[in-house]
Amino acid sequence: MTYIAKPKFHHPGLKKNELGYTHRDYEGKISTLCAGCGHDSITASIIEACYELSIEPHRVAKISGIGCSSKTPDYFLGNSHGFNSVHGRMPSVLTGANLANRDLIYLGVSGDGDSASIGFGQFAHSIRRGVNMTYIVENNGVYGLTKGQFSATADRGSKSKKGVTNTDNAIDLVAIALQLGATFVARSFSGDKTQLVPLIAAAIRHKGASFIDVISPCIAFNNHAGSTKSFDYVREHNDAVNRLDVLVGRDPIAVDYAPGTVQMVEQHDGSKIALRKIDADYDPHDRLGAMTFLQKHAAKGQIVTGLLYVDPDAEDLHEHLNTVETPLNSLEADALCPGSAVLDKINASLR
Amino acid sequence: MPDKKPISSVNDFVVRFANVNGSGSASANEMFARAILRHGVPVSPRNIFPSNIQGLPTWYEVRVTEDGHLGARGGVDMMVAMNPQTWDKDVAGIEPGGYLFYDSTKPMPSTKFRDDITVIGVPLTAITNSTYTDPRQRQLFKNIIYLGALSALLDMDPKLIEQLIGEQYKGKEKLLSSNVHALHLGRDWALQNLKCPIGLRVKKSDKVGDRIFIEGNSAAALGAVYGGATVCAWYPITPSSSVAEAFTAHCKKYRHDPDTGKAKYAIVQGEDELASIGIVIGASWNGARAFTATSGPGISLMTEFIGLSYFAEIPAVIMNIQRAGPSTGMPTRTQQCDIIACAYASHGDTKHVLLFPEDPAEAFEFAAASFDLAERLQTTIFLMLDLDIGMNHRLCRPLKWDDARQYDRGKVMTAEMLEEGRDFGRYLDVDGDGIPYRTYPGTHPTKGSYFTRGTSRDRYARYSEEGPVYADNMQRLVRKFETAQDLVPRPLQANAERPTKYGVIYFGSTSPAMDEAIGLLEARGHQLDRLRIRAFPFHSSVASFLAEHDFVYVVEQNRDSQLRQLIVNENGIDPVRLVPIVHYDGSPITARFIAKAIGDHQDHLKVTPLRKAVS
Repeated sequence: MTYIAKPKFHHPGLKKNELGYTHRDYEGKISTLCAGCGHDSITASIIEACYELSIEPHRVAKISGIGCSSKTPDYFLGNSHGFNSVHGRMPSVLTGANLANRDLIYLGVSGDGDSASIGFGQFAHSIRRGVNMTYIVENNGVYGLTKGQFSATADRGSKSKKGVTNTDNAIDLVAIALQLGATFVARSFSGDKTQLVPLIAAAIRHKGASFIDVISPCIAFNNHAGSTKSFDYVREHNDAVNRLDVLVGRDPIAVDYAPGTVQMVEQHDGSKIALRKIDADYDPHDRLGAMTFLQKHAAKGQIVTGLLYVDPDAEDLHEHLNTVETPLNSLEADALCPGSAVLDKINASLR
Repeated sequence: MPDKKPISSVNDFVVRFANVNGSGSASANEMFARAILRHGVPVSPRNIFPSNIQGLPTWYEVRVTEDGHLGARGGVDMMVAMNPQTWDKDVAGIEPGGYLFYDSTKPMPSTKFRDDITVIGVPLTAITNSTYTDPRQRQLFKNIIYLGALSALLDMDPKLIEQLIGEQYKGKEKLLSSNVHALHLGRDWALQNLKCPIGLRVKKSDKVGDRIFIEGNSAAALGAVYGGATVCAWYPITPSSSVAEAFTAHCKKYRHDPDTGKAKYAIVQGEDELASIGIVIGASWNGARAFTATSGPGISLMTEFIGLSYFAEIPAVIMNIQRAGPSTGMPTRTQQCDIIACAYASHGDTKHVLLFPEDPAEAFEFAAASFDLAERLQTTIFLMLDLDIGMNHRLCRPLKWDDARQYDRGKVMTAEMLEEGRDFGRYLDVDGDGIPYRTYPGTHPTKGSYFTRGTSRDRYARYSEEGPVYADNMQRLVRKFETAQDLVPRPLQANAERPTKYGVIYFGSTSPAMDEAIGLLEARGHQLDRLRIRAFPFHSSVASFLAEHDFVYVVEQNRDSQLRQLIVNENGIDPVRLVPIVHYDGSPITARFIAKAIGDHQDHLKVTPLRKAVS
């Protein structure tokens, strides 16, 4: 969170997207996070994904809780409304905002302290309700703002910067999201922009609860030997099941595909996810299979990344509640108030 | 014959039904109250029930009151004792000269009765068992049979009860006829075997007029519908759950698009109170009218978010149906005990707007108004009901709505206003009333966006920890609260017939008992001016009222006289001049209690000083 705004001038030759926006239009204020923080890489990936999708920046509502990760919405989409709520309660605020206006894009940014501890319940319930959102956890396994305590996603046996060994089991938010019925579940690494940008783009395009767990090393408190959330450890243990691209009726985004089969997944809005499988046997439409796959690899100390599960025909909370297409926040008395004649009938029924 | 003359009274008595929770007595008892209303005689019923689903004792009290006193009276003239577990207590509670109605199927030892009351035995179980074989039918129809017997004893018109049964089971002919049959089983037995009617009687009158009979929670929920609430997030808690349930029912009836069948509302049962208020705040931030309903423990859980709502200036409506605290307290007993907790909810310096409706009609009006206030003031509004209003039927004036009324959406800067070049600073005090403009998310591509946060910021919503910037913001919030004084419902004052230096302040569900107590006090020779407070912040007329009286009684239903504390705190008045009159055992305050407490104090004030007496 900073009061230092970025200079507004930019090179006139900057590339523009379909709507005529440049990258600069998707940026926010200057980050005050530590130099090299994984969260800043995620910020850059969000900016890139929104640029690539030609989203109108002001049509995004970015909502967060409290913590390092929750500061980051200030650093992207400067023309969007942001809401830095209270610790762990981003999901409920986002749910309410979404109910009020279904026409905006909702980006929930949270951290592992925020979502896996104090906000674990809200994380779970927003996922099971199918709120149409992109829920990103910037997961560094540590409390950075309070200087280095383990979070609930820290792996058992991993060591803190001070050398203390974590004796508690870790919560795997991806496994939980799968169990809760999230209809888009992915994991990525902040240091792998090639994988992360299209994952965010696909999640934004997905209608329903999209969850992305992004391992994002804390350069200050969790990037040492013995940590399982350090840059080196994640690079060495990253096991990607697929790479993907998002097609929204124009040229595919250029990414570095690994060899393998290609599977097209069509989303609600007609956009397509081109899924290039690295593991030829992996089926991202099989929720149970994804859960088993995840557990098997976790037992081997491997961090599975990529699009782990997607249901392209998902419904969202508004469909569950059968709400009108018009955003609820724009309905006025003529649409909402039954009027005095109805009240007279109600009165008559109460005598 | 009892050794005390039986009470003789027409249209002015109290009947209490002692039942077992879950026995299906509630609908029969309520029908009894409604039947008296159909005679044109006002009633004031109250549920007295345990925090339990089944098996524990429950009572339903009906005050029959031709004079229209809607507060609890105290005392029982006739006990319908249907619960063996509470027999001794129930029998002991009958006024001398009163009546005991019981199931005489099994003989009872004479020690179980009193000599100063009239005992009326009806073999309810025997009648029921000889007529019905199904155990559930036996249980349910026993209640209708005693209703029939009572109708004969109290001289009620059976046709009016049949009419009610007809309305209740419209279209369900089998149920209708079997209920009418049960009614007459009891009635006929009583007429043939007992001396009917007794001293207590119901005589047709015209004192009900066009008043309606409705629970406060249901009226508040209807107010939310009329007030334009589109998002409701809640978590079940007694005694507030029926607000959300009624809102759901009303919305299903009145809020669906006729063309598509789609809902113009969203109701979410949250996972807890924290999520519920979070959803409300998120929805309100995004421009929808949103509310939650809860009770004391829920308020405790919501306080962090309430602080955010105050400081980030986000509208929210919380309907707090108060129950006896602290902690879990007595979940199904009434109190007015969350005044301080709500007025200053959350850490740091906060002040919140509280509305105190006295009955369902005001619950409807204030609920609808709370959404205007929340958006106008961009803050949390508490609608402070309590169990006594919320979960009991009350006679009240008909609900009214002006079709010309438009919602006050407050200061919202639109895309057009931004295009005109209006300076938008989220926390700028443009008009000097402490209320800034806000924009909804998605308003404009390049103007009007801001970052909402619970941390300190400047007038343009830019994060700042500068002391003067923080203080400037906090002072503006005080100005906003001062502005609220003239927006909230004003106190209502009623003066005594003769000038007096004594006054009384009261609020909310205490109101009907207070109205009646004034008459009792006048009969005792005491004159008091009255001020019914309807909102916090206090209007300037509260300070004037305090200044005009030497002593002011503050009547409320909590131990610590919380409203008095608030008045002292906000008005800087000498506490000695505010005399607390408190009632907090979980039962509704009665006119008798108020009149005695104030009357005794007044009597002491009238004692002639010794030096004058001897001179």
